[in-house]
Amino acid sequence: MYIYPVWVRIWHLVNALLIIALVVTGLSLQYSGSDFILMPFKSSVTIHNTSGLLLCASFIYYLLANHFTSNGQYYHFKSKGMIGRALKQARYYSYGVFKKEEPPFPVKVGRKFNPLQKLSYLFVMYLLMPAVIITGIAMLFPDLLPDRIFGILGIHFIDLIHIITGFCLSVFLVVHIYICTLGNTPSSNFKSMINGWH
Amino acid sequence: MKKLLIIGLLFLLSMLLYAQEISTEVIEHSAENSKCFSCHGSSTYSYYNEVLERYVTKRMNPYFIIDSMVYYDQNHRSFDCIDCHSYDFRTFPHDNTLRMEPMPSCLDCHEGDDATADFNFEIINDEFHESVHSTKHSEDFTCWMCHNPHSYKIVARNSENIKETIVYDNNICLSCHADINKYQLISLNEKPNIIDKHDWLPNQFQHFAHVRCIECHTHTSDNTLVAHHIQEKEKAVKKCVECHSSSSTLLASLYKFQAQENRRKYGFFNAAILSEAYMIGANRNLYLNILSFIIFGGVILTIIVHIILRIVLK
Repeated sequence: MYIYPVWVRIWHLVNALLIIALVVTGLSLQYSGSDFILMPFKSSVTIHNTSGLLLCASFIYYLLANHFTSNGQYYHFKSKGMIGRALKQARYYSYGVFKKEEPPFPVKVGRKFNPLQKLSYLFVMYLLMPAVIITGIAMLFPDLLPDRIFGILGIHFIDLIHIITGFCLSVFLVVHIYICTLGNTPSSNFKSMINGWH
Repeated sequence: MKKLLIIGLLFLLSMLLYAQEISTEVIEHSAENSKCFSCHGSSTYSYYNEVLERYVTKRMNPYFIIDSMVYYDQNHRSFDCIDCHSYDFRTFPHDNTLRMEPMPSCLDCHEGDDATADFNFEIINDEFHESVHSTKHSEDFTCWMCHNPHSYKIVARNSENIKETIVYDNNICLSCHADINKYQLISLNEKPNIIDKHDWLPNQFQHFAHVRCIECHTHTSDNTLVAHHIQEKEKAVKKCVECHSSSSTLLASLYKFQAQENRRKYGFFNAAILSEAYMIGANRNLYLNILSFIIFGGVILTIIVHIILRIVLK
């Protein structure tokens, strides 16, 4: 079935590339001066800032597209029994998949995401992404930040939120890529995100 | 009631003693120096002109005006003017030849001085003589060029506010490098424009506001808190990671005092920078760092186990 429209696939690809660039340059900045160098400091700053601003634009596009197209409905869920459904999917990933069980919530028209995906994507796209984008933009204007927040240096507080959310997004990226190999074949989900057909 | 009266009297007595303690210090200096400050403390001075047979008022040379408030707030506030200047200055009009008097150098008093041994004046003197300020200029460049004896006070050791230290110390550099009149006291060269010369520096304003000039322009030393070996501009720090790293050179310069204190108290290497400033690469939190490695390692391990089980149970 055709489930991923062109705009979703382009946005997803752009989002993925920007986040990879941000993770690589973010790590270079965080560990600058140590033996762990992925990229020179100066280039890392330029690429990180540029990618961050592009990610912000991409995120605004994603919010607007979700609002004005039917893609947003995939994120809606009934709270009643959601935890149970998510645990059922988690059980499948950690046990059922080895027993060759059928996925409890297979992809179909009107249900692109399983309950665990819904929860994690909601958490990532509507909590972590805004947090990392807002704190990232804030750090571009250090002069405007309050001197102290909760007793610590304002910019350092903002930076802590930025690197913690950035780290969580990096972990999500790794888990997300691995979970995608749990399709019908290890590569089927990746192909779907290229041609749109599941 | 009686108890309250006694407590009140004791409080008043203690306040009087405290007030006396403060005022004693001020009066002690004022009495000796007030005659000098009566002229050198303001923009005009008056004297009786015996030729005209009347009092006349003249303008004081602005470079000879000493702000008594500043004077009594600086390192040498306990000094009488004539401790450094000739005794003959007590006579007015001053003898013209007195302006030729040689001024004492820091080492004249501080060399071998146990009271100021912590400052390592001898090493500071050696560092200074290796610096471009000494090697590229004549003997006219003395300690006083930077450390005005009438106003200089120690900030790096006494202030908990790093920003205050930065502004104070940078203003010392700018007193020449942003003032053509003072700059040309020791150089005939055209004064370089600091802003233009630092064009290459990203976020120039942020750097100027958060680090001192000497952070990049001196060769740091383990023996002195503030390095005095100002190097040629070609040797200035230009690599970002020299500061933007957990082993930031700033820990050996701007944050040296705080870093030593924090390391002594908490054993935490870059706590000084964490609490006082934000610097990409140097603000790495030790505990978050360990936690992130544990979490990321756990995720990767779980994935590896999952892959193995998928292959084994295929």
